Parts: sequence; structure tokens; C-alpha cells
Amino acid sequence: MDAFLNGWGLTLVTFVPLVGAVLVMAVPSSRELWLKAAALGSSLVAALFAILLLARFSVSRAGELQYVVDRPWIDVINSRYIMGIDGISLPLLLLTALIVPLCIVYSFGHFPEPRNPKAFLALLLVLETGMIGTFTAQDLILFFVFFEIVLLPMYFMIGVWGGENRRYAAIKFFLYTLFGSALMLVSFLAMFFLADGTLAGLEVARTFDMRALSGGATAGIARTSQLWIFAGMFLGFGIKVPMFPFHTWLPDAHTEAPTVGSVILAAVLLKLGTYGFVRVAVPMLPEAAAAWAPVIGLLAVIGIIYGALGCLAQRDMKRLIAFSSVAHMGFVMLGIATLTPFGINAAVFGMVAHGLITGMLFFLAGSVKDRYHTMEMSRLGGLLQQAPRMGWILGFCVMASLGLPGLAGFWGEFPAILASYNPAEILNEAVFRSYMVIAAVGTVLAAGYLLWMLQKTAFGTAREEFADSPDVTDASPREYLAWAPLLVLIVVLGFFPRLLHEATDPAVRESLQVEAVNGAPGDCLEVSRGEDCFERLRRVSEQATGGG
Amino acid sequence: MTLGALAGPLGVIGFVRPHLDWHALAPELTLLGVGALLTCLDIALAERGRAVTSALAGLGLLGVLVPILTLAIAGVHSEPRVMFDGAYVVDGYSLVLKALFVISGYVVVLLSMNYVAEGDYWENEYYGLVLASLLGMIVMASARDLISIFVALELLSIPAYLLAAWRKRDLRSTEAGLKYFLMGVFASAIMLYGMSLLFGATGSTVLADIAAAAPLDRGADAVPTGAITVGVIFVIVGFAFKVSAFPFHTWAPDTYEGAPTPITAFLSVASKTAGFVALASLVFVGFWERDDVYGPALWFLAAASMTAGNLMALRQKNIVRLMAYSGIAQAGFILAPLAIAGVSTISADQAVSAVLTYLVIYAAMNLGVFAVIMTVARRTGTGDVASYNGLFKVSPGLAVVMTVFLASLAGVPPAGGWYAKFAVFQALVSADTPAAYVLAGFGAVNAVIAVGYYGKIAARMWFEKPAEELGQAGRIAVPFSLRSALGLTVAATLVFGVVPATVTRFTDVSLLAVAVGG
Repeated sequence: MDAFLNGWGLTLVTFVPLVGAVLVMAVPSSRELWLKAAALGSSLVAALFAILLLARFSVSRAGELQYVVDRPWIDVINSRYIMGIDGISLPLLLLTALIVPLCIVYSFGHFPEPRNPKAFLALLLVLETGMIGTFTAQDLILFFVFFEIVLLPMYFMIGVWGGENRRYAAIKFFLYTLFGSALMLVSFLAMFFLADGTLAGLEVARTFDMRALSGGATAGIARTSQLWIFAGMFLGFGIKVPMFPFHTWLPDAHTEAPTVGSVILAAVLLKLGTYGFVRVAVPMLPEAAAAWAPVIGLLAVIGIIYGALGCLAQRDMKRLIAFSSVAHMGFVMLGIATLTPFGINAAVFGMVAHGLITGMLFFLAGSVKDRYHTMEMSRLGGLLQQAPRMGWILGFCVMASLGLPGLAGFWGEFPAILASYNPAEILNEAVFRSYMVIAAVGTVLAAGYLLWMLQKTAFGTAREEFADSPDVTDASPREYLAWAPLLVLIVVLGFFPRLLHEATDPAVRESLQVEAVNGAPGDCLEVSRGEDCFERLRRVSEQATGGG
Repeated sequence: MTLGALAGPLGVIGFVRPHLDWHALAPELTLLGVGALLTCLDIALAERGRAVTSALAGLGLLGVLVPILTLAIAGVHSEPRVMFDGAYVVDGYSLVLKALFVISGYVVVLLSMNYVAEGDYWENEYYGLVLASLLGMIVMASARDLISIFVALELLSIPAYLLAAWRKRDLRSTEAGLKYFLMGVFASAIMLYGMSLLFGATGSTVLADIAAAAPLDRGADAVPTGAITVGVIFVIVGFAFKVSAFPFHTWAPDTYEGAPTPITAFLSVASKTAGFVALASLVFVGFWERDDVYGPALWFLAAASMTAGNLMALRQKNIVRLMAYSGIAQAGFILAPLAIAGVSTISADQAVSAVLTYLVIYAAMNLGVFAVIMTVARRTGTGDVASYNGLFKVSPGLAVVMTVFLASLAGVPPAGGWYAKFAVFQALVSADTPAAYVLAGFGAVNAVIAVGYYGKIAARMWFEKPAEELGQAGRIAVPFSLRSALGLTVAATLVFGVVPATVTRFTDVSLLAVAVGG
């Protein structure tokens, strides 16, 4: 079993959904039951593999990559088919493998107009392959390919099954992300040519191997080049997150997307961006990350405040939740910007928590829309009277989202604020402490807009037009089935954050480790005057490559 | 070389037959044989021959692949076969291109079958001319001499002029042919003038000899540098017409729209590729050290073509015209690596691989798009972009296939186009000069603009209600030959994208080594 998982586990968990998509396409569209069975079945098989991978995952070695596969792929550019997961990838992989079957179950009762379950389910499964692949790939080109694969299915999902403004939202989503990834690709290429794999123990100098690139191969790159390369990645990942000035695609995409699309978008797709920072940008270019960190931190806190104010100005429930994503991802980015293990652990936790909670909120918004046929908050109200169970679930998720201690949201938000009190040694403490204050104000605003939304939708009595509406029923069994795992996880992770921290902490520490090359000082992030440290590191690696 | 030196003075006295490598010439001779057979058959059978003509042309083209394959097995990659004092070279580079031309030609024959038969056009001359044009192309792949390049160019162009005007009952087709002809002849004249300057200045028509005489540091008195500079520019401008690079693109949209659609596919893939092949041979073998001239010229052509092509494509209402402008933009991407080829030998090797890779992938996806366009036009009878509305609801299979091609053209993985763009970016970044980075920036921005119009077609197919032109008759019927063409191109596009090694295995060749070694 172990040998099988080591060799094939990651490949299977990534590509089983794709096989499922092909299967779904092969089934005639008149057989709806078969379609559903094929889609749910393949996503469950993928989830089963994810659970097996979890069961056999060695937590004590969570800092290292496990289940590594390394095969030739595109020889001309030394790009290889490398897969592997560590403590950072694992939770995100599990989150994806969990969310997709839940989305499939949720969509069973009513596929959004214009139905066509065949195409809908096939796209959902292709999307899953792209998302899981991004979290497991350990070669930059492979990573890039998976990162891009999610674009098309999401584009069609918004464009075909979306709301009134769907075409505009779909193309906006597509263009924004593609622009970022084009620049990101140029950055990857620059790194390919400038880094030296031999410093990290590879035989070849030019490599896309992510293990080598975050293991010291980039130490010799000149500071200015590093800054430019990081800027390219910053755009690519920052648009996906989305960070403050690049966020405008998000509210449109979320508002127009069908419920399941919004859930996937919030729960997993946004994480591809933050994961990119944690996995690629920061570990590979720590020096540039330190130089850019104040800017990232600033944009993050602007995002927190701007997102919160944006929420307060919304009249549409779904759009409000979308803007709250901007604010929450701001906390995640603030955690990353501190460049401390504490902050990045908080960020990874925040990613998972936001995936669970905001995913849940979008499910609820979708269900509210099914019942009231509107998202206009001034027309909603009285959910607690008309559908009390659903109303309570909404209340619970609102509490989780605003960071109530004891629920998952707290462990993403609070430690991120705390970490910015004490950022990495190389960073300016005063700057980050002022960010901390602003972020703390953001949490108050978050409580404000979330409670306001709850009040508008759940409290009071229903308006006359919906008072006797037969559509307004309480949560159905299908909805419970889709929601229960998420609700349970929100509570469990809230009480036992250790479950996640145990896995992420070693991996985060490993990723922040600046490798020492040939006796040069390592760990330059944690010494004052870190720039000099990096400079010394560069000289040593130049000697190493010059001599060898 | 010694043989050549001897043959020069002896040639005054009597003709000495140059050494002929029959194996190396086998692809050209086979193609010639197939063309001749086709003509003989027409004379012997007249009308009765119609039924077999297209099949014979297709099978004949597959037959041409045999000698190409045996040459590959014989190890031409490592030992290039050089003939006529270096004027004609069969090496790994030319072999890949010959295979590309022949396979593209085969797909064009597949596309033509129903079109020509149903349109009631003369079949024999049609396929004969396609084969003649293809012969010019595979000669071009090996030509390393100004005269052979020119002869190959005319051989591939003149049949193409005729084919563009094939729908003679339609005024637009006549316009297409005439415009293409006049512009083509104009370009040839400019090119020929440039070639004469090069010959006058260096005393040779063989590219390798020109390369030896061209460098600046030879001293101004030995070689007239100015004449070479002007010659290089004129030759590049001539080929810029051929590959429809901005601002020499004006013929392309009208010709593409008016010509029979299979011929449009042929022009936009095979004929354009031949132009790039000649440019690559000239840049890498002949002018390589004069990158002070061709570098900026090609840089400008590349940046201008991708930007202008994309911006104009955004406004098109007709799918064929849209593809014409998209082709101009794609030409900009293919030109980009050539612009930085002269920076170093490493970037030159990167550039030639990138150009070849792009050409191979471009051929697959572009032929595929035209196969879909033809299939849909059989139902709708129009090239209006709006007639693609709701195609997904009428013919889901066709819509999915078209989406794959569009994604590929836009460079979205996993369809093949992403690797083509990637190879171009890789070559540009490998040059590591500010100009190359700026060009890469242009490329990145343009890759996004292109999604604007490719995405719009995809959006029409998937998001809209079915267009009236699509009718109520259910799925669009796809005849067998078109089905084969679609299958072939979509499989190639996906395989190239998922396993790019299938392309790079063949396109990782170096032209410089040949120039220096030969």
C-alpha cells in the first residue's frame, strides 16, 4: 500500500477527477442519474485517495515533501514531472478534495439555469484536477500549467450558468488572471536563466525544480533582478488572491457566478494565489520578499479596511460576502508579509478557515436566493422565522467569519494581527506595528458588516411578498448533507487548531529557512541588517559557481 | 569546398554535373512524381478521373512522408547532407519543416475534398496546384542560397495566386487573387533588388559565403557595408509581406476572406510557414552577424505585428477576417525570437527552436480552426461571427473542439499554444537584454489582448442563444474528411500541450552549427 501511494498517490488524486470528466462526457446527456453517479463517484474516489494520503502522511516529517514523484517531462527546458506534498500543501489538498464532492451533492437538486448537468459536472471535475494539481506540483512549469487549467472551466461556469451580467464578469475574471499569469511566467523564466541549480545540489544549472529553487539555487541572483522577478510573481499571485488594487474582478465574478462556482472560487481558487506566495515567491526569493514585504503589508491592510467599507456599502448579500473575502484575504496576506513562521502559519490557517467559512456563506447565499429569488438585502428578512434552522446556520457562519474565538475563523485572523507586532528581524518593526493597529480596526468593522447582514436577512419578519411564499422552506436533507462536514470542521478546527498547526508548522519553518551555501550564513531573515547577510550569501555563491 | 573551388574555373570550359544525393532529394522527387501522375491521369481519364484525384493527392502526400522518414532514420540530424556547394542542405531543421509542410498539405487536402467536389470546381488543376506549391515549400526548407530561395518562393507563390482566385464566379475571390498577386509580385521585386545588392557586395549567392563576407569588422574597404545593410533590409521587407507582418499585412484580410476557405487555411499555415523558414535561414545562416540591422528591424516588425494584429482583430465581425488579423498577431510572436537571435550563440539556438516549435503548434491549431469554420459554414453559409452564437447547444462536440483550438491560440494550458508562447518567452528571456525584455513585455500584454477576441467567440458559442443561421436541423453533419481533419488537429493540439516533448524532440535543432560546420 505504501509503495503504491508513494508512486501513484498524488498522480491519482490529481487525475482521477479528469478521468471522471471524460467519463461524464461519454455518458449520453439523457441519462442524468448516470451523469450524477459518474461525477460524484469520481470526486469521491479522489477524496478517498486524499484521505489515504492523509492517513499515511508522516506528521513528524511534515517539513519535507512526501510521496515525491520525479519523472522526465519536457527535457529541452529541464522541466520535470515532479509532485509532492508537505504540511502546507496537505490541508489545501484535503480542502479541495472535500469541497468538490459537497458542491456536486449540493447541485444535484437543482442545476442552475440553463441546466445542462453534463457540461456543468464535467467542468467542475476539470476544475478539481487543476486545483489539486497546483497544490501538488513541485516544478514551476507544471505548477503554471495547473494554475492555468482552472481558468477555462471557471470562465465557462460563470459565463454559462451565471447571473445577468455573466458575460462581463466572466471575461473580466479571465483577462485579469491571464494578465497576471503572463507576467508570472516571464518571472519564472527569468529565474530559470538566472538561478544556478548546482548551488542546491542539482547536476544542471538551469532548472524549474521548486525544491532546488527554494533550496538555495537563487542565492546568487543580483538584488535588482530579484526585485523585478518578485514583482512579476507579485502581480500574478496578487491578482489571484486578490490584493487591493487588483481586486475588482472578484465582486463581479462572485456575484454573477452560480452558487457552486462562488463556493469553489472562495474556498479554493483564491488560495491558489496565497499558496503561490507561501510556496513560490517567498521561499524562492526571500531577499526580494523582505524588500517587498512593507508594500505587501500596506496593500493587505488597505484591503482589510477597503473590503470592510465596501461591505458596508453593499445592498446585495452575495456581493457583500464577496467583499468580505477581500478583507479576509487581507489578513492572510498580512500574515505572509511578516515573514515569520508565526505569521505564515496563521496565513495557512486563515486560508483553510476562509475556505470553510466563506464557502459555507456562499452556499447559504445560494440557498437564500433559491427561496427568495433575490439577493437584495432590503427585501430579505425574517429568515429565522420562516426557515429557523437555516437562519441559525447563517448566524453560526457569521460568527465564525467575524473571528469568534472557538471557531475556525479566529485562528486565521488573530495570530496574523499578533504576528505583525513582531515581524521578522529584517523588517521595520514600527511600520508593521502600525499595520497591526489598522488591521485590528478592521476586525471591528468586520463584526459590524457581518452582524448588519445577519440582522437584515435573518432578523425581523419576512416582507409581505414572501410571507406566504411556498418556495421558502427550511434546509433540505441535500443541503444538510452538503453543509454538515463544513460546519463540523469549523468547530473542530476552532477547538483544536493544533490539528492543522502540527502539519503546517514544520513546513512553514522549512520554507522560511534561507539555505546556507558553502558555509555562508543562513537564515538572513532573522538577523538585523539582513541585507548585508544576503549580500554575503551572494558573494559566497558567486565564488562557488565561479570556482566550480 | 575544394571540389567547389575546382568546379568554378572548370565550369567555364564545360559543364560538370554536380554531385547529386538521390536519397536526400527523394521527398522532392516523390512529390514531383505524384504531381506528374495526377496530370497524366487527367489527360488519360478526363472527367472520369475526378473521383480519384483527391484521394490520390492525399495518398501521394502520405507517400512523400516515407523518404522523409528514411532520411530521419539515416541520421540526417547528425550528418547534414550538403549539395551544390552549400546551396541545398538537408539537415534536421529542413527535415522537420518538410514533414510539417507535407502533413499540413495533407490536412488541406482533407479540408478541400467536400468543398471542391460540392462547389463543382475543377479538381485536377486544384490539387495539382496545391502539390506544386507544396513542392516549392519543401524546396524552401532546404534552400541555403539566394537563388534557390527565390526560385522556391516563386514556385510556392504562383500556384497560390491562382488558387486564391479559384472561385472565379465570385467577385471577391477574383479580388483576393489579384490583390495577393500584385502584393506578392511587389514584394518579390523588392526582395530581388535586395538580393542583387547582397550578391554585388559579397560576390556570392550562397548564404554561408555571405555570412563569411558580411561582418562589419572585415574593414570598410573590403566589403561595401552600406550595400549589405540596404540589401538585408530589403530582403526582410520582402519576406515581411509574405508572412503578413504589420505594416505589410494589408493584403491578408481581403485575400483570406475572398479565397476558398481550404486555400485560406493553406495560405495562413503552410505559405506563411515557408516565409518564416526563409527568414530563419537568412537570419541564422546568412546575416547572423549583422544583427545591428535585422535585430531592430525584426524587433519593430514583431512588436508592431502583435499589437496591431490584435487590436484590429478585436473589431472584426467576420470569422475569417478575424483569423487573418489573429494570424498577423501570431506572426509577431514568431518573429520575436528572430529579433534577438544575434545576441549570442545560445540565444540563437533558443530562437531557432522557439520558431520551429511555434510553427509546428501553430499549424495544428490554425488548421483546426479552419476545419471548424468550414464545417459550420456548410450549415450557416456565412462567415459572420454572430452565426457562432449558441453553437454549444446545437453541436456540443464542435463547440468543444473549437474551444480547444481557441484556448490553444490564446495560450491557455493544457492546449498546445501555451508551450509555443512559452518557447518564445524562453528565447527572449535567454537573450537577457533590455530590448528582449521589453519585447517579452509586449508579448505578455498582447497575450491578454488576444484573449479578448478568442474569448468572445468562445463566449458566443457557449453563452448565447443559438443563432438563426444554425437552423432547427439539430447537430451539424460532419463529413468524413472533415472529421478526420478535426480529429487529427485536435489530437495534435492536445498532445503538444500535455507532452510538449513530442514537439521539442524534433525542433531542438541548431542552424548555426550547420552554418559553421558546412
